[in-house]
Amino acid sequence: MECAVDAQSLISISLMKIHNSRTQRGGIKLHKNLLVSYVLRNARQVYIKEKYAEIYRMQQYEEVRTVCNEIQELNPLDLDSEDADDEDQARAACCGDETSLCHRGAAQPAVHVRAPSTLLGCCPFEDSSKESEPCEYRSCCMEASPVSHFDPFSADNIRHCNKTTVLDLDTHVVTTVENGYLHQDCCCDALQGGQGAQSPAKKRKGEFGGCVSEAEDVSDFTAARKRAKREDCSYSNPDYTETSNISNLISIFGSGFSGLLSRQADLEQICSKQALAGLGAWTRAIVAF
Amino acid sequence: INGPGGDMQWCFSQVKGAIDDDVAEADIISTVEFNHTGELLATGDKGGRVVIFQQEIENKSQPQFRSEYNVYSTFQSHEPEFDYLKSLEIEEKINKIRWLPQKNAAQFLLSTNDKTIKLWKISERDKRPEGYNLKEEDGRYKDPNTITSLRVPVLIPMDLMVEASPRRVFANAHTYHINSISVNSDNETYLSADDLRINLWHLEITDRSFNIVDIKPANMEELTEVITAAEFHPHQCNTFVYSSSKGTIRLCDMRASALCDKHSKLFEEPEDPSNRSFFSEIISSISDVKFSHNGRYMMTRDYLSVKIWDLNMENRPVETYQVHEYLRSKLCSLYENDCIFDKFECCWNGNDSVVMTGSYNNFFRMFDRGHRRDVTLEASRENSKPMQVLKPRKVCAGGKRKKDEISVDSLDFNKKILHTAWHPQDNIIAVATTNNLYIFQDKVN
Repeated sequence: MECAVDAQSLISISLMKIHNSRTQRGGIKLHKNLLVSYVLRNARQVYIKEKYAEIYRMQQYEEVRTVCNEIQELNPLDLDSEDADDEDQARAACCGDETSLCHRGAAQPAVHVRAPSTLLGCCPFEDSSKESEPCEYRSCCMEASPVSHFDPFSADNIRHCNKTTVLDLDTHVVTTVENGYLHQDCCCDALQGGQGAQSPAKKRKGEFGGCVSEAEDVSDFTAARKRAKREDCSYSNPDYTETSNISNLISIFGSGFSGLLSRQADLEQICSKQALAGLGAWTRAIVAF
Repeated sequence: INGPGGDMQWCFSQVKGAIDDDVAEADIISTVEFNHTGELLATGDKGGRVVIFQQEIENKSQPQFRSEYNVYSTFQSHEPEFDYLKSLEIEEKINKIRWLPQKNAAQFLLSTNDKTIKLWKISERDKRPEGYNLKEEDGRYKDPNTITSLRVPVLIPMDLMVEASPRRVFANAHTYHINSISVNSDNETYLSADDLRINLWHLEITDRSFNIVDIKPANMEELTEVITAAEFHPHQCNTFVYSSSKGTIRLCDMRASALCDKHSKLFEEPEDPSNRSFFSEIISSISDVKFSHNGRYMMTRDYLSVKIWDLNMENRPVETYQVHEYLRSKLCSLYENDCIFDKFECCWNGNDSVVMTGSYNNFFRMFDRGHRRDVTLEASRENSKPMQVLKPRKVCAGGKRKKDEISVDSLDFNKKILHTAWHPQDNIIAVATTNNLYIFQDKVN
């Protein structure tokens, strides 16, 4: 690809375009939406390939990570900065070069001491409550990728993003985790509410266990990651805080143009059967207008 | 470009439209078209209005002023409508204007928005009757008892009045958005094309049309391409072409069958795999297709290039011209700001030796097919002194920017030239910026 764009942001940009087209004057433009769906398909294919490769790499560290977790569980409450640093180092050692998933932004010393129960609440992936959301995949927010140099409409947009937004395709629940806090609501609300507040950084303890145990569920997800610049321009409109809008959009996109899947064969070679089965929502066609 | 002594030069002639930088959306020009003699130049805008300019005949003897066009007629062609069944607003924006060849004193043109095509008659009135027996001059009826003698009314000259009246309305035939209309060389029929269907009309009959192409799949979920443009062959009344969002052009012969879903020829160039990107499908979508005047070639415009096809060779174009290849590395940003969906048009000059198309930053490009030369020119108010020669522009794609070059990052992507037209018999061109119409002519020595 010619520019340093990542598939995830293209997916969210494309979904937003499809959403906006529904309210544009003159009715939905079939041609434009068809072209956007092609970008969506291309980005999805790249994203799935990347994620699958990532998970494959992570599985190789599973053993080491399990050991790390056991070490952490021995001292869950003793979180002063020194230990935090040690933990960071341990985590770094665990993940090796998996910095894309081991969140860079989360490597901050915790300043609060919390009770185990709330810690658990903070780390849903070790919680049994996680079982109720088996189809969720955690994708950690990365530092916003620098777009190509030419970007006249969004200067000053390279910011660190410490948010992860996940949309469950089946329950249509939008979940946001901001610096370790779990918000079971629209990520936009969280952003607007939480932007000013300096939440203490929480350990993203659950991620590792979460990532490992969800390797099998990676396929069935939509990660609508909102970058800071887009949030500024898009979410000032209160309409966009409606989860129903987003989930409605996603459910519409729950079917895609099946005619676009000429590369299904490629996917099958790369993905496991299980991953493919989970791609059900993605392989359905977009309901046209 | 062509002409004695080497490169042709272009001079500014006129600019029409508001100077104000704050552009009213209704004033955005959406189509530009010369009539068959070039004497009339029509524009359509987003507000549903048509403005027709007429060439000043008196100046024809003075070659340097032959491109003076003045407003001839203005009328509201389409109004916004509301489809109550689908809860959809129908835009009044004029998508295309096509002139009919002149048959009598009046002029006729077809104008279309997304859903409805209208046939307009533009006629001149320069005489009025005077001396009625039963009516006063102001129109009041006389008392018959006061009439003592009879006279024959006479026609007396009056100030020229140009009237536009809708003669036909061709409605309710398109479910999807109309993108093209094209008058047949038989001067009796025309086609209209939307995203999925092409209909054939008779100019006299408004209550029915024939569907000649239908690419709507049985299951819309299987949709992979749409029709983007269509045009009749300039001489063969049975032949037309339509382009698709996948970058293919299909030539159809209406004699073969009533429904021309099966093409006679399929023009397609294989994609270069090294250029594959997220946006390959978007940039290969064809935004315009135009037959050459001689009917032997056709030209297509996609996002980055112009291609000339020989109708006898289907597997690749005979010529390809890069309009703004420096944008290939910017496609992601252009996708984000929606510029990648801009639909540029293209046009031929009268003898098919030069083709022209628009770009960004109010640049437009000409490609001289014979001499293998191309030039980039700019339509701007800064270069609008009478008969000022346009200086060729150059975009610096990378590396060190030379003096007078413009770097890609300085281009204004809000200033785009989508619509251009070339006088059918002369070197006079009309170039539409967002809300202004520029007229240029070649330099007369």
